[in-house]
This record gives sequence, structure tokens and C-alpha cells, in this order.
Amino acid sequence: MVNININGQDLTVRENCTILEAALINGFYIPTLCYHEALGFYGACRICVVEIAAPRGQILVASCAYPVSEGLIVKTDSERVINARKLILELLLADCPDAEIIKIMAARYGLIETRFPPEEEGKCILCGICVRACHNLVGAGAISLIKRGKNKAVSPPYESVTSACISCGTCETMCPTRAIDIKVFDRIKSLHEYEGRFHTQRCNICSKYHVDNEKPGSVNNWIEELQ
Amino acid sequence: MLIKEVSDLRNISQKTLNEMFQISKIKFQVGSATCGLATGAGQTLSFLRELSANQPDKYIVDEVGCIGLCFKEPIVDLRMPGCSRIYYGDLNIYKAEKLVKSLEEGDIRKEWVLYRLDKEKFINEDEINLASDISDIYREITTMEDLNLFKGQMRIVMRNCGRINPEQIDQYIAFGGYKGLFKVLKEMSPDEVIEEIKASGLRGRGGAGFPTGLKWSFTRKAEGSKKYIICNADEGDPGAYMDRSVLEGDPHSVIEGMLIGAYAIGADEGYIYVRAEYPLAIKRLKIAIKQAREYGLLGQKVLGTDFSFDLKISMGAGAFVCGEETALIASIEGLPGEPRPRPPFPAQSGLFGKPTNINNVETWANIPVIIAKGSKFFSSIGTEKSKGTKVFSLVGKVKNTMLIEVPMGTTISEIVYNLGDGMSDKFEFKAIQTGGPSGGCIPKDLIDLRVDYEELTSAGAIMGSGGLIVMDEKTCMVDVARFFLEFLESESCGKCVPCRSGIKRMLQIIHRITQGQGEEKDIELLEEMAKGIKDASLCGLGQTAPNPILTTLKFFRTEYESHIKHKRCPAAVCKALIEYRVIPGKCTGCQRCVSVCPTHAITGPRSQAHNLDKSKCIKCGACYEVCKYDAIAGDAIILE
Ligand SMILES: Cc1cc2nc3c(=O)[nH]c(=O)nc-3n(C[C@H](O)[C@H](O)[C@H](O)COP(=O)(O)O)c2cc1C
Ligand code: FES
Repeated sequence: MVNININGQDLTVRENCTILEAALINGFYIPTLCYHEALGFYGACRICVVEIAAPRGQILVASCAYPVSEGLIVKTDSERVINARKLILELLLADCPDAEIIKIMAARYGLIETRFPPEEEGKCILCGICVRACHNLVGAGAISLIKRGKNKAVSPPYESVTSACISCGTCETMCPTRAIDIKVFDRIKSLHEYEGRFHTQRCNICSKYHVDNEKPGSVNNWIEELQ
Repeated sequence: MLIKEVSDLRNISQKTLNEMFQISKIKFQVGSATCGLATGAGQTLSFLRELSANQPDKYIVDEVGCIGLCFKEPIVDLRMPGCSRIYYGDLNIYKAEKLVKSLEEGDIRKEWVLYRLDKEKFINEDEINLASDISDIYREITTMEDLNLFKGQMRIVMRNCGRINPEQIDQYIAFGGYKGLFKVLKEMSPDEVIEEIKASGLRGRGGAGFPTGLKWSFTRKAEGSKKYIICNADEGDPGAYMDRSVLEGDPHSVIEGMLIGAYAIGADEGYIYVRAEYPLAIKRLKIAIKQAREYGLLGQKVLGTDFSFDLKISMGAGAFVCGEETALIASIEGLPGEPRPRPPFPAQSGLFGKPTNINNVETWANIPVIIAKGSKFFSSIGTEKSKGTKVFSLVGKVKNTMLIEVPMGTTISEIVYNLGDGMSDKFEFKAIQTGGPSGGCIPKDLIDLRVDYEELTSAGAIMGSGGLIVMDEKTCMVDVARFFLEFLESESCGKCVPCRSGIKRMLQIIHRITQGQGEEKDIELLEEMAKGIKDASLCGLGQTAPNPILTTLKFFRTEYESHIKHKRCPAAVCKALIEYRVIPGKCTGCQRCVSVCPTHAITGPRSQAHNLDKSKCIKCGACYEVCKYDAIAGDAIILE
């Protein structure tokens, strides 16, 4: 166990845990977007920043990735932290005007409008949860983050239909902003945007529609392969 | 042959020195680094090679790296038996042909010679007299020591660049190479090596200036038997080419440095991460690695000791962010070049999850000298906290654009006015940009600033990897900020929000300002964003990305204000804010502008004041540049 201090309160927390875990367990709120319990940290959204005392002075770090250490002093809502979070939310409001969760989070910090010219549409905040889930949980690896900088995007290989996708819908379920939308219509599953359409059959265990058994890359083939 | 004893090294050295200096023929050495090749050194070289193939008893030709005088490339040096070495500048193939003809007639073409070198000095302070007696003609040529552009320079990192053939390991050995490696393997314990590097005060040359000895000790102390070292040769700063020149001119200095580091740290495998845009550096590194293996300097049981170490080259695709250490590691591992949060630091968990030590090319190249000459020698150079020398690429509006290596603490004015020989155009010095895209602009008032890590940081700039861009009065500082921000926007990996989106939005604001649509609150907004982006970004790229804006705001705030409030660009650079017009009283009707105008916007008969049709003018400024009578004014327009 190590001793740390969060917002003036002395705490004893588990070794090897992150500031975020220590804070949540002890009832301090820190917002997160790209962090997910099942996937661990990614360190991309930076909404979870907190202020810590480091040898080179007070710095902001991503609490979801920063491990606690003996004597660590953390402030979860100093002015500097709030300003950084507000800037991030304001940027996201402009980049992803259709993402509900961003609006809600921003409103919590008193932000309704953004000073930056908003994009016409957009939901994806590039938190990488879908990609990591597809790679690390499902193991399919059908989508990844492509390009860089402001052109970064989530996409299957070559931005076209991919047989690696098994239409399991994990990406859709886990997306915090509902940017991925898998449509099922008339027993055909379609991955939003990617135009991949797969014939489906109803699963006799869960009664949901899954991709046709015959098709390479379907859920059942996938499970067989794993076994 | 395997080198095992110091005597082996000495024998190679003796033999090679004899070959190199006891010559009985006319010897040419052609600077054939990329900077030379770009100006035609390749043709000069093949011409001279052919010459020596046809007349082998008369001429010999060798290749060397870049000596640093890039503005005079192709550079060829010539030595006749028993004479000083003389250096020719701008020696393209035509001049080379003429030179050879003249030589046959006994004329050395003195007027083409840049300088002469009487003594070859080695880093261990040995000297070889090149000329026993200096003839009258030679006396009329300036010596290297008397040349302003060498005064105040000191060569440690570039000790062999331009002097040895980088593809010949023997020449590196002849110039004192691999002695440091011998010393550490045979006489020093790894901890002693680290102490020596700590005592030298060497700090990382890749940007942040972290003490190298301390960094090594972290990786040495880290748990695990498998450790890696990496040489960062990504060199992504626009306009910087120090590392390339070292790799092209003296690859063994880096390899020897890495061998010493690997021994001290306890690593048995190393990577050199080079961008694929440096094909010549990669070629020469490959040759150097092969030759070092043949001598038993790399591989199993180096020099017959128990120490083993081997090197691999990893090619990067030229992304600026891959210079950041965690992104670099991801790139070597075959993952996308994105940084990850630290801790864990590479010293604890780096390449393939193993403890890893990363240093810059220049940092590695310093190591053999520190070991061979001792830490005291090194720490006697430089300022209190910044020791040794630094290589800079001096570019921009100076007469001499070149690579310089100066002791830490040299002032900006010495660099610009002595080494750079002042401004290239008729305009005055305005600022100097240091530290690459995320560095800063230092204004004229601070021209006596001593260039070291602390002083540059206190001025809001950074040392970075060593780019120096000189700017004159015709440079718009808002436009400079725009340029660097554009670079950073396209080079950001896009992983974290403050960097990806923050830079994009700052750039939008700057674009608006340069287009005359800035608003008074923009400056405040930029400052507010800069703080948040610095604070919240994941890696060094985002954390330093606001620097170009912050330093230009700090020192050139009035320029922003005149763009915003008066819709004027004082340097007449931002196109939307300028308008060219002919001043009738001054125009002599010489028609020079008429002939250069690409859109035929200027018309008028000879000897009468010309007419400029604003609807056709694309504001290219060609007329402005050719006008000899100051008749064309780049003037601001006031937007109502
Ligand atoms: C965006 C970014 C780009 C970088 N580019 C380079 C580079 O091109 N070359 C380099 O040596 N270091 C670069 N660095 C610094 C490295 O991360 C690292 O600090 C350095 O290689 C360590 O070596 P040193 O201790 O010898 O300086 C860069 C850092 C950042 C944040
Ligand atoms: S939640 Fe920590 S960086 Fe996204």
C-alpha cells in the first residue's frame, strides 16, 4: 500500500494502481472518455488530467495512465485542471457537434457553446475504444485508426469492406458517442459507413442475428478458429 | 582480420596514415555527402575518378563527407606531394575540368581556392605537417585558421567529417577511432564509464538536454537481462541536417559511441532508427556496420572480451513525431508511430518491453572523444551547465549557410555575423529561430544571448536538435508562426485531442489573422489555448507546439496587433494585406517590371510611369524584387 494525498485528503491506496483508480475508489470524480475498464488506458482524450507535484514543479498528467507512488500529491480539480478540461471539451464540441456525451460533459463545466467554428457533423472523438475492443477483446482486428493528425479516422483496411469484420457489434456497443451504427434490416447486417453487408442467420442460443455461417469470417467460423 | 590488441589498432593506423599522407601523386578528395551531391559533386567525382583511372600514377581520388561549408559545395580538396592541402569551392564538373587542365600547366587556380591547411590536426592533439616548406603561391592563400567562418568553431562531433572516407573503417581508426572502445573494454568497469560520462556534463543533443550519464545509469539499474540501446536519427526538424551529415561523414563515430554505451548500460543489441529519406546515410551505415563486424568490433565477443553487441538499422517513414522516443519505439516494433503515456519510461520498459536507452546521433558521436580524452577535457568546454560543443545548421538569410560546430555559450551575434558573415540581403537582422518547429524566435535585442540550454529556454525558445534560421526585416513573424504551426498540424499523430484539434484551431485563428480577419480577442484566445495545449498534451510535440506562437507573441506582439487592428502586415508578406502599386514620381519606365510580371498586370510604354492593374495582380512580388528605383511599394491596404 502507498500513501497519497488527493485534494488535501490523505489516503492509503493499493500499489500499482493508477491515480484514476485511486480517486474513483475513494469517491473523487474524474471524467474519462478514452479509458475503459475492460481495455485499460490509452491516454488520448486527456480529459482525465489532474495536477500533481513532480520534481520539475506542478504538472498535469493523465490520471488514467499515471501510476501512484508514495507521497504523491494530486489535485483533481484545480483551476489549471479545469481550464485544460474545458479547452478539450470546447475543442471536441467543435469537432464532434453531434456527440451527446460531449455536450453533457461540457455543460457540466458550464460550456454550452464553442468559440471555434464547428464542423458540420461528427460524432467520433477518436478515443480508440472500438479499435482496441476489436483487436484486444474480440481479436478480429477489423478496424484500426488510419492516417494521422486531423485526418485520423477509424476504418477497416483500405477504407473498404473487410472480411475480417464478423459483425459482432462490440465496437457499436462500446462506443461512448454512438458514432458506430450497425444496422440490421431484413436479416442483413451492415456496418455503418463501411457498407459491408453480410447475410445473417438468427442464432438459436441468443436469438440475435449473426453473420451467415458460410461466410468466411463469420462469428461461428471465428469461434471454431479460436478453439 | 579480427582486432584484438591495441597493437592491431596501431598497425592499421600507421599503415593507413602512410597511405593517406605520404603520397607521391596528386590527391583529390571530393565532399560527397548529400549536400555536395545535390550541387553536382557526383559529376565532379566521376570525372576525377575517370581521370585517375586513366592516369593512375599521377592522380588519386577519394571521397569524404561534408566539411560544413554547404554554401560552397561541391567542395574538393587537393594535395600535391609535400604541399599543404587546399580547398576549392563551387567546383562543379566544368570547373574541375578546367582545374585539371591548369594543373597540368602548373597553375593551381589560386582564385578558386577557399583556404589552405598546413597541418592535419587530430583529436588526440597529434599533428601531421602537410608541407615542409610553403611555397610563395601557397602563402598567398588564406589559412583555415585565418578564415572568419572557422574562427570560434571547434570540432568534436564533426571531428572527422570531410576529412576521412566514411566508407573506410581504416581511415576512422587512423584518425584515432576505436581507441575509446579499447579503453572501456580493457580498462574500465561499466560503472566507471557512466561516472566518466556524468562527470563530462554531456547532455542529450536530441532536444531536451537530459544528462546522458544519468540516463544511462537508469537503464543500467533497470531490472532484466535483455536491454536495448537506440540511436535516434529521425531528424525531423525542417531545415536541420546535422545528424545526416554526421552519419554520412563519419558513421563509425556513432557506432563506437553506441558500443561504449552498450557496454556501460549492459545492452547487447542496438538499433539505429534512420528516416528512409536518408538513403546515403543508410548506405554508409550499412557499410560501416559490415566493416566493424569484419574487424570483430561488432558481434560476439567484441575485441576478444566477453562483451557482445550488434546493431540493426531500422528505417522510419519520415514522420516528425517518430523522433519522440515512445513513438520511435512503437515504430521499430512495427506499430503505428504514436507516442504513449510515460511512465513507464523507456529505461524501465522500452523496446519490446525491455529497458531501453535512446540517444541522439550527436550525443553518441561525442562519447568516444569523452572517453579517449577524458571528461575534464570535455567539461572544460562550454558554459556552466551546458558542456561541450553543439552542431547547428545555420540557414536562412545569412551569407554563409552551413553546418557549424561551436562551443556551448557562443553568442548569436558571433554565429550570425562572424560565422554566417552577416545578412545575405540588404535587410537587417530581425530574429533567429532556434529549436525546430516547436522552438522559438529570438529577437534582435537578445542578439548577445549565449546559446546554451538554459539561456535559450529562458528566452522562450529551445535548443532542440540545432536548427538556426536567420530572419531579416522582410520576414513576417505571424507568417513564421503560421509556417511552423502548419508543419506541426500535418505532423501531429492525431492521437490526443489537445494536439490534434488544438493545433488545428490555433492555425485557423492564425490563418484568419494573416488574412485580415483577425479579431481583437484572438490574441487572448491564442494565449489561453497555448496554456491548455502545453498542459494537457500527451507528448513533447503537443506540449511544445504553442511555442512558435508564444515566442512571436512575446517579442513581436505589435506585429500581431497591426495585422488585427490595422489590417497591415508590416513586413509586407501576408498577401491578403498588401497591395502593390507603382509610385509614378519614382518610376522611370524601365520596363523591367513589365517583363517579369507573369499576369501582365503591369503595362506602359518605355520611359513613362507604368500602370498596375490591381484586378490582374496576383501579388507574387516579382515586380517589387526587380524594381531598381524603389518605385513599387508593397503597401498595406486598410480593410474598412
Ligand atoms: C515531437 C518530437 C520530435 C523529436 N524528434 C527528435 C529527432 O528527430 N531526433 C532526436 O534525436 N530526438 C528527437 N526528439 C527527442 C527524443 O524524444 C529524445 O528525447 C532524444 O532522442 C533523446 O536523446 P538525447 O538524450 O541524446 O537527446 C523528439 C522529441 C519530440 C517530442
Ligand atoms: S481517459 Fe485518460 S486520457 Fe482519456
